[in-house]
Amino acid sequence: MEIKSHISIQSLSVFFGQQRVLKDITIDIPDKKITVIIGPSGCGKTTLLKSLNRLLDPLDGVKVSGKIFVDGEDIYDPKIEVTHIRKKMGLLSQRPQALPMSIYDNVAYGPRIHGHKDKKRLDKIVAHHLQLAGLWDEVKDRLGEPASRLSVGQQQRLCLARGLAVEPEIILGDEPTSALDPQSSQNVERRLAELKKDYTVIVVTHILRQAKRIADYIAFLYLGELVEHGPAQTIFSNPTDPRTRAYLTGEIS
Amino acid sequence: MTLPLTRRRFIQRKIEESVFKVLMAASMFIVIGCLLLIVGTMIWKGLPALNLAMVTQTPKGGYYLGREGGILNAIMGSLYLASGATLLSLIFSLPVVLFINLYTRKNSRLAELTRFSFDVLWGIPSIVYGAFGFIIMMFLGLRASLLAGIVTVALVEFPIMSRAMDEVIRMVPRPLLDASYSLGATKLETALKVVIRQCLPGILTAVLIAFGRGIGDAASVLFTAGFTDRLPTSLFQPAATLPLAIFFQLGTPFPEVQQRAYASAAVLTAMILLISLLARGLVKKSTKHIIK
Repeated sequence: MEIKSHISIQSLSVFFGQQRVLKDITIDIPDKKITVIIGPSGCGKTTLLKSLNRLLDPLDGVKVSGKIFVDGEDIYDPKIEVTHIRKKMGLLSQRPQALPMSIYDNVAYGPRIHGHKDKKRLDKIVAHHLQLAGLWDEVKDRLGEPASRLSVGQQQRLCLARGLAVEPEIILGDEPTSALDPQSSQNVERRLAELKKDYTVIVVTHILRQAKRIADYIAFLYLGELVEHGPAQTIFSNPTDPRTRAYLTGEIS
Repeated sequence: MTLPLTRRRFIQRKIEESVFKVLMAASMFIVIGCLLLIVGTMIWKGLPALNLAMVTQTPKGGYYLGREGGILNAIMGSLYLASGATLLSLIFSLPVVLFINLYTRKNSRLAELTRFSFDVLWGIPSIVYGAFGFIIMMFLGLRASLLAGIVTVALVEFPIMSRAMDEVIRMVPRPLLDASYSLGATKLETALKVVIRQCLPGILTAVLIAFGRGIGDAASVLFTAGFTDRLPTSLFQPAATLPLAIFFQLGTPFPEVQQRAYASAAVLTAMILLISLLARGLVKKSTKHIIK
């Protein structure tokens, strides 16, 4: 099966000061599929995800070597505007981080920054993306309320709507269900599964069952190394590396 | 295995708890008592001199000898001066604090040095600021004026306001900043639309603390703002201030004028109280959207 790739990572290494957190990672991430990055905690999953939208702040002594191409564009090219890269990717963090403003303004925040001013247009954008995130029916009558009044599960879907509203191509999820109750988790998973029609989705998780439920493609990280990657079925049914096997059977975690 | 919690240890802990509780309560009463004593003295000594003319009239001839008039000149002068100084200080504080928190490395030397200098500046007595303001004034060929007073008091307020703001802006969680950055926002957009909103109550508190310090300070305005019996009508005229009015009135040998000093102090305290209450209302309103 020939897979069209959307993101191409080439010998990526990340250093936090002296410590090398990611070691020489090379992988192509398929277009319009859900790629799940699995691995024990502290193996560099989140770092890998953050390197994709350049959230690793060079101000904090983080060094990145290697190349990452998104749509053939080298995102670490100093000539590239970082806001342009980030606009291409929506991020769902471990705990939903609503912005300190109303529900409406949370979703409108991105579009406004990128130049939308027309009130009617914004109304449409907000409604559309809240629907996409499956939150519209719950909040349509109280868009002016502070986002902090929503439940955690609702806030995570609000964050999804907010991320989608800047019209990204890629959705990044950093253990997006870890703070949620089972029902909200299921809700978010279902959204992601629907969204892969139009978006490339990359999710970090330490929950194997979740990976099995949603993954089309798997990347297994262990101690900063990309041990194995491939279509989900192949990895789950027939892992080649003994470390992958050990992780899948629960021997290392 | 049983826990090694013997009866003796149990009693010991109970005593500990009650002793420290009493100590804490005692401290509280001492502090509140001092406050009440100060306010009480002001009211007790000032009440006979307190009347409507005091807050609606400017001093007539011989006011400081016990004749007719009021301290409206000082009330208005203080309000203009402290408001101007607080605004000027805010215009410089906020950018400095945003810069050291969002635009420098985590353990940046520059940021640490800036914080350290705030702490040092905070400790400098305001008479030194006054003298410094006076030198600058001379250098620029200005006379004692509202403007010179505003600039000097702004210098006094600046480290207080900045340090108080720094403490709240430092507390903004990193993931909140990341959430804004990941939507393609620049640092400036994040600072103005997210950080300031999230920290609004803290920023208002910082402004309030600085204002309180500014309106109550006498030494910094002694040489720079001058003193006049008239209401200030321009930035280049001298302006009276309440702390100096109190100082001058207390300095006279006449008991009835000294009484007016206490009354003036009560007016100043009431003004600060009123402004604090107002600001509290504002703070309450501004917490609506805060993310906890």
